[in-house]
Amino acid sequence: MAQTLFEKVWNQHLVRPQTADTPAVLYIDLHLIHEVTSPQAFTVLRERGLKVRRPDRTLATMDHSTPTTPRNAQGIIPVLDAQAVYQLDFLTRNCQEFGIPLYALGTENQGIVHVIGPEQGLTQPGMTIVCGDSHTSTHGAFGALAFGIGTSEVGHVLATQCLLQNKPQTMAIRVDGTLHEGVTAKDIILAIIAKIGVGGGTGYVLEYMGSAIRNLSMEGRMTICNMSIEGGARAGMVAPDETTFEYIAGRPFAPKGSAWDKAVSQWRALPTDEGAVFDAEVVLNADDLVPMITYGTNPGMGMKITDHVPNPADLTDVSAKIALDKALNYMGLQPGQSLLGQPINVVFVGSCTNSRISDLREAAKLIKGQKVADGVRMMVVPGSQRVKAQAEAEGLHEIFREAGAEWREAGCSMCIAMNGDQLQPGEYAVSTSNRNFEGRQGKGGRTFLASPLTAVASAINGVVTDPRLMIERMKA
Amino acid sequence: MEKFQSFTGKIVALPINDIDTDQIIPARYLKVTDKNGLGEACFSDWRYNSDGSPKPDFVLNMPQHAGAQVLIGGHNFGCGSSREHAPWALMGAGFKAIISTYFADIFKNNALKNGLLPIVVDDETHKQLISLAQEDPNTQIGVDLEAQQITLPDGRKVTFPIDGFSKYCLLQGVDQMGFLLNLDPDIAEYEARHPQRVNTLEPVEL
Ligand code: SF4
Repeated sequence: MAQTLFEKVWNQHLVRPQTADTPAVLYIDLHLIHEVTSPQAFTVLRERGLKVRRPDRTLATMDHSTPTTPRNAQGIIPVLDAQAVYQLDFLTRNCQEFGIPLYALGTENQGIVHVIGPEQGLTQPGMTIVCGDSHTSTHGAFGALAFGIGTSEVGHVLATQCLLQNKPQTMAIRVDGTLHEGVTAKDIILAIIAKIGVGGGTGYVLEYMGSAIRNLSMEGRMTICNMSIEGGARAGMVAPDETTFEYIAGRPFAPKGSAWDKAVSQWRALPTDEGAVFDAEVVLNADDLVPMITYGTNPGMGMKITDHVPNPADLTDVSAKIALDKALNYMGLQPGQSLLGQPINVVFVGSCTNSRISDLREAAKLIKGQKVADGVRMMVVPGSQRVKAQAEAEGLHEIFREAGAEWREAGCSMCIAMNGDQLQPGEYAVSTSNRNFEGRQGKGGRTFLASPLTAVASAINGVVTDPRLMIERMKA
Repeated sequence: MEKFQSFTGKIVALPINDIDTDQIIPARYLKVTDKNGLGEACFSDWRYNSDGSPKPDFVLNMPQHAGAQVLIGGHNFGCGSSREHAPWALMGAGFKAIISTYFADIFKNNALKNGLLPIVVDDETHKQLISLAQEDPNTQIGVDLEAQQITLPDGRKVTFPIDGFSKYCLLQGVDQMGFLLNLDPDIAEYEARHPQRVNTLEPVEL
């Protein structure tokens, strides 16, 4: 029977299928861990006297509570506070005791967990990948089934390399057509979420397809899959193709020699079969898309950058009205206003959504020779130490610094504001990250989510700006 | 894990849609390495002023709602981050069950693994429960997991869905790790049949 990409990967990983009484038992090929969602799981292992079943299928990094400032004059990395120091230290001890490889703070491979997996060639088509982190969906860009889990489940995978799962439904998201200049993968996914809503993908695994998705780079596909969870879907996938293989080839953990040929031939069998049926389908046309921006306090509250903020009075659903009213109140915005020209305080380029080398190249290209507006703080935070090194080899850091932006060490940084990088109450930020929830980037902070191009254009003007105008100007 | 017992408890309504886990427990509280102290930080940014004093107009701070055991949230409760600190915080704040029209997938999984019962009800029951909680803060409902029913003050019983395995684990107080550990032979057999995809300990040399 014709199968979807998801069904193929799911079926290949069944230790035991679902029964009337029990969920399926799914084998996990790769388990990524970080300091924030793993400590209590290790404590459970110790309490029960258990080992990590497959340390060789597990990899740890430090990213969430890590500083993005370099070593101080004494050579010490200035971690925020004693609690964060303890948490990082606890991860180090856990990895040592259980034999798990760790890309520790201050080492060359450290970085955001969803940046390092693909970068190292660990993320490969057809794999199952989990992490105690909802943006694990990022890895689905390679045709892997990748999703976020809670800390109890982190414990399950550490101890047994398996998870108990009920089979999700499937949703096809078809994006055909050609993106206009200045419109990016980030705009595609913000448009999808604005369309289906933050709960629209609940219970589904998404598969992104269509010519606009095929034409994206791996980085662009990762940006899209990354935000699947913002539409409520635990996982999003893209069928592997030549673009995928080209990206993986030669990376440290990629198969080599004859193993490579064998792997590629297996990967070629993964795409959804002709005639396979999805439980739901959503269609977008890339030609209709323009740069997107969010105005509210969840990623579904997004619009075309040229649109006006919606009016709660126009909504018929009472709960939706209350939600919009609350969001606009928090954001300090008026119904019907345009966001273009809205003054901003901070621009954040970073996070597992948009901190890869191609994001930084695009941002650098637009900001080259320009200045960040007076009174605006712009932070550029590479996704990993390797991205940072690559960017520096290309001189991108100099372009950012000359423009007046801060060039930081790798980590989650202001995406989650756990490490001291944060907005002050009331401040507005244009952010390339993935969440605009109340307080996400710092208590009282107000986030507009957008693409790196929109972020840079806004940094230069000090107000929310349509990047297409800046691109025109750059060309002129 | 303790066995989940039927109970009758006070309800309180927080009828806001899409309550995300960053609101339930803001990220700055995630630097803990255990589960202690999260209850006090539950809904911290909605609950406290910047000087740390409680906001008197926030529903969970109102004395008449003290001791509530069932939280009625808006649609799509628990969206966003996978942090299991969210159910830990809600349980630390005294809740045994959450009611909504639907839950975010990861939150629901996390809640079930900790003995916090996510109860899905239809729109109409949801609206009714919110009005009841708002009209009379002493409103109590019965929660019976065995029967998969809640009992409203007027005696009406409403059935809710739950997958059989989670129900069994909650009622018996068994955690799911034990179940997986018992499958060791099946897992070993799977591993023997399927070549390893990547080895994180050894990059592949040419
Ligand atoms: S960058 Fe942000 S979204 Fe990504 S893993 Fe870090 S905190 Fe989570």
